[in-house]
Amino acid sequence: MDNQARTKDILLSAADLKKHFRTRAGTVRAADGVSFEIRENETLGLVGESGSGKSTVAYTIVGMYRPTGGSLLFRGQDIGRESARRPRQLKKEIQIVFQDPGSSLNPRQSIRQILDLPLRVHGALDRRGREEQTVRLLEMVELPRDFLYKAPRSIGGGERQMVAIARALATNPSFVVLDEPTSALDVSVQAKIINLLISLQKELNLTYLFITHDLSLMRNMATRVAIMYLGKICEIAPTVEFFRNPLHPYTRMLLSSIPVVSDEEQELKPKKIVSQGEIPSPVDIPPGCSFHQRCPHRMEICARVDPIVVRNRQDHEVRCHLYTQDMQDTQDANPGRRTMHE
Amino acid sequence: MTPRRIGTSAGMARLLDRTRRAWYRFRKNSLSVAGAVIVLLVVCLAVFAPLLAPYPSHAGTFVDFDASSQGPSLRHLFGTDAFGRDILSRVFFGFRLSLIMGVVVISLTAPVGVTLGLIAGYLKGSWVETLIMRITDIFVAVPPLVLALAVCSILTPSVFNAMMAVSLMWWPWYCRMVYGIASSIRNEFYVQAAEITGASRFHIIFKEMLPNCFGPILTKVSLDMGWVILIGSALSFVGLGAQPPTPDLGTMVADGGKYLPDQWWIAIFPAIAIMFVVFGFNLLGDGIRDMLETESL
Amino acid sequence: MAPPLLDVSGLRVGYDVYGGTLRVLNGVNFYLEEGEKVGLVGETGCGKTTTAKAVLRILPEPPARIMGGEVTFRKASVLDMSAKEVREMHAHGVAMIFQDPTAALNPVFTIGDQLMTAIRYSSLEQKLTRKEIRERALRALGEVALPDPARILDNYPIQLSGGMRQRICIAMALAANSQLMIADEPTTSLDVTIQDQVLRLLGKLVLEKDTSTILITHSLGIVREWTARVYVMYAGTMAETAPTAELFREPLHPYTQGLMKAVPKLTGEGIAEGIEGRIPNYLDPPRGCRFHPRCPHRMDICSQELPPYFEAGPRRQVACFLYRDGN
Repeated sequence: MDNQARTKDILLSAADLKKHFRTRAGTVRAADGVSFEIRENETLGLVGESGSGKSTVAYTIVGMYRPTGGSLLFRGQDIGRESARRPRQLKKEIQIVFQDPGSSLNPRQSIRQILDLPLRVHGALDRRGREEQTVRLLEMVELPRDFLYKAPRSIGGGERQMVAIARALATNPSFVVLDEPTSALDVSVQAKIINLLISLQKELNLTYLFITHDLSLMRNMATRVAIMYLGKICEIAPTVEFFRNPLHPYTRMLLSSIPVVSDEEQELKPKKIVSQGEIPSPVDIPPGCSFHQRCPHRMEICARVDPIVVRNRQDHEVRCHLYTQDMQDTQDANPGRRTMHE
Repeated sequence: MTPRRIGTSAGMARLLDRTRRAWYRFRKNSLSVAGAVIVLLVVCLAVFAPLLAPYPSHAGTFVDFDASSQGPSLRHLFGTDAFGRDILSRVFFGFRLSLIMGVVVISLTAPVGVTLGLIAGYLKGSWVETLIMRITDIFVAVPPLVLALAVCSILTPSVFNAMMAVSLMWWPWYCRMVYGIASSIRNEFYVQAAEITGASRFHIIFKEMLPNCFGPILTKVSLDMGWVILIGSALSFVGLGAQPPTPDLGTMVADGGKYLPDQWWIAIFPAIAIMFVVFGFNLLGDGIRDMLETESL
Repeated sequence: MAPPLLDVSGLRVGYDVYGGTLRVLNGVNFYLEEGEKVGLVGETGCGKTTTAKAVLRILPEPPARIMGGEVTFRKASVLDMSAKEVREMHAHGVAMIFQDPTAALNPVFTIGDQLMTAIRYSSLEQKLTRKEIRERALRALGEVALPDPARILDNYPIQLSGGMRQRICIAMALAANSQLMIADEPTTSLDVTIQDQVLRLLGKLVLEKDTSTILITHSLGIVREWTARVYVMYAGTMAETAPTAELFREPLHPYTQGLMKAVPKLTGEGIAEGIEGRIPNYLDPPRGCRFHPRCPHRMDICSQELPPYFEAGPRRQVACFLYRDGN
């Protein structure tokens, strides 16, 4: 499975991507040197809490923001520009489904109008053709035809989100950013939508960037998982490896805090690490490793130097001083220290 | 079922349902209904004035000194004025003039103000926004009546010029109100989604943002009718609007002022008429606003 | 056996809207003994918040209408209380924590203003001085592990993070030393690590003060970790109730089973299909069991009669005809 994945083309790559905002309170380093690659038909899961920068990365990819630094390439082309400056062909290829379906669908439009817009901008169909296509889009997300003339207000949250998905698919994109698409929904509705997304991915050859804070969902949905904290990626690895061997202390803290519903899952969680302190605001990022103030394993070096990213044989990258030492002291047989190479 | 048939039957059914629900909310408040009734009454009187007025010819140049300055009676419900003209009939025609003024002024100012407000809100942060809003600020800084008076006194007094003067100082309020809404919804996700897809600016401004402003605009239009009528009457009162013998409510009040307090009916009935129509529009406007605010229920 | 602290029986609540009456609660039964931590779990629209508000008598009536049932708190009938008695109940008997701490705190007053007001009104008869009230406030903030309480008293809500705001709401709720606390989705708007902190804190405080708690949530995982007994609610009726460990070991009601299957598992076994269908339209709810249109095990009787509670073990009941005759 790993070798197969490697031979697929890289669809989207970010190298040291930065997005800073200047506010009265100071510079918010929302995304501060983010690097990753997403291959065709993959689902990269991006996990993080508030202030992690995951939404900033998503919005920069779709062109809501212009990057402050670093590069963003789509099929090799530089796309580090706002959407107004992007070629139309590119706008067709990259789409997004937002978190809150209440505000991502215009409350004063009918579903038909909402779905018609992307068809009109990017298609050559006449009015009759577009109407037929909107019906087909509804069928794709398993919604009945009579939804065409409803307003978003009169349908449930799950159904609104399915309309948002249909809208994203209307332009026949190859890459879809899903920003917490089910966080606002109940678990039974979520199940339906996730299954729909998975089957659509296979059917339409899509690549996903899936953002969520729900690690259990990530476990079942993503091919690779990345964890972000205060603008940087802490750890990124293929899903199975990620959950089998979580390395970064923040990852372990996250995993140990999630509520689960069965004893077997409870066994899988790392030992309970109680989170201490508050999440610092992204305006006020501490020097050195941004996580050191809350880290139970912090060392002297963590408050001074930002760790570099290291990678092991299982394609598992981590940014933490606990592991950078491994690269240097290969002969050091310190039994107390964790290693990456398990 | 072809898509086109979906369009008409389901679309119409939905529109009908929405209207019924809106009426349900509206009629819960009896004051709003009263306002609606008053406005409806005034509109009927104005539109059908030639048919409903007992003495339609009195609205023009008519003189009958034998019948002048008679108090309210069965023949003349509101009495007659110094020229012997039936005040009731003149009030009906006066409503006509007031409503025309309201409609003309708002039809001119609302589209201009709303469009400028939308553009300024969408282009928030750019020089276009600054330009539009600073010009708006200049107009808003001058008290409305003073501005209208100034303009009117430069031009020759007439109904037309009065309407132009009022329009000139009316558009900024629409601009401001819509700017407030537009700049706040500018960054809503549905607008972003349209931009990401590549919609044109025209589409975003008029098809995405404007529909979300309809409610407040409708409320404002209704309340404004009352205001414009009031200001128009004020201009006529000081002689800068309609000229005799045109039956304008403001002019009638001014003319009748000389005869107070003995022949009180000449001034008082037109004054009550102004109050009546403004009150009606105010109640209606409040009712519309309340109805729109409770839309979620 | 002491009577329960709170006993709700056959509660029916409706909302009058355009088109008729939304029959939201259709015979809700639950009880809470002193010192218990009970979970009320259900999805959006099932009526959990309506139930909590009905118990507290803070439903907006109209358009809401209590159509039947009994609510007994400390042996007094809540539904028959006068306005004064209701206020008294709020001041000393029951406290509530709402879902969104930002909305629960007034943005134009300092934390100190709000917290001290809460303390003052819950101890009017003690006639505390300003200094004493301030001391109590500082102590309350310390109990919820907020750093630098003195500075926080002078802060405005907007200056604090979501987790801190929720902890302040908890402090305010506990300041009155009420016997009963209702926490309505207290951690839904918080990050997962902060959520864990807040729940842990809530658990500790509830234990210390021996407060009885109703934890309302849509998250099965939270209920599993933090409650001793659970009620599962669906469309205004109680589907099932059991001690927590039992419920998770063996859910009986088809709805509970569907929910458990739909939760994504850390073990990575893929995501189940979810439950087909939608929640019922309360204007015209299904006859009989409200879940039957979506139930994979439905029988004829399910569409005709409302299932009563059937006993399924000690403190275990299921409102489902599958368990008639003690199956």
